[in-house]
Amino acid sequence: MSFELFLFYVFAAITVFGAARVITVSNPVFAAMFLVLTFFSTACIWMLLEAEFLAITLVLVYVGAVMVLFLFVVMMLDVNVEPLREGFVKYLPWGAAVGLLMFIEMSFLLTQRYFKAENFPIPAPSGPEYSNTKALGKLLYDEYLFQFEVAAVILLVAIVAAIALTMRRRPDTKYQKPHQQVDVKKSDRLRVVQMPSEKR
Amino acid sequence: MISLPHYLTLGAILFCLSMVGIFLNRKNVIILLMSIELMLLSVNMNFVAFSRFLEDGAGQIFVFFILTVAAAEAAIGLAILVVLFRNRSTINVADLDRLKG
Repeated sequence: MSFELFLFYVFAAITVFGAARVITVSNPVFAAMFLVLTFFSTACIWMLLEAEFLAITLVLVYVGAVMVLFLFVVMMLDVNVEPLREGFVKYLPWGAAVGLLMFIEMSFLLTQRYFKAENFPIPAPSGPEYSNTKALGKLLYDEYLFQFEVAAVILLVAIVAAIALTMRRRPDTKYQKPHQQVDVKKSDRLRVVQMPSEKR
Repeated sequence: MISLPHYLTLGAILFCLSMVGIFLNRKNVIILLMSIELMLLSVNMNFVAFSRFLEDGAGQIFVFFILTVAAAEAAIGLAILVVLFRNRSTINVADLDRLKG
């Protein structure tokens, strides 16, 4: 067993353990933390696949942004987890049965002739002058430029939707009214008082 | 050495685990969202593996877009969750029956 294979098994074991804990742990905060662990070890596996840019992106975007968002929401909502756990034991056999069935089907497919390891020879490791980021950038800004812009629009829509959904007016809060502030005339604010000058 | 079936099997295990998670935590919207993230992750794993073994960068570009959509989905989903909790003081899926006739 080569050192690379050993690393793969270690990271895969951590990934599967983290994923299993995400779905079984009762506290959502711990679930989010285990999801972070899963993402991190997946990023390590992607490093083994020589997808360095995506591995770092996964850590930055998922662990740095999405999971922090999850943690914020989980900690902000004061959720009583007890009623959310009911039915866990009841659905465990069904869930396990369906999951096992799906896995058997998938492994049946994966052991067929087409996906045999000898059909996909392991590519030679690329040299030190190969840059994954450069290759991805060339593809992204050349061949997939339109799709890249569509992705930007999707993110914009997500921003607008998230703000529009959560924004609310509280009746007891004092707000500035810019249109009234801009509308104001000199006569509204300034009063010129005529008075005789006084003798010394 | 690590061959393609290794990665495909890992992706399959992750996908099945998240499927089981949706079954088990059907009352808890937060864990449901996390399970969906796990599913997308397992799909991404397959994309990256095929991109490496077929030596075609398009798979990694696809992962890029899946990450974008997943981030947008998480943001909107959590926003809906916050609004839901503000209005109903619960995130239990069983209590969300206002649209029931």
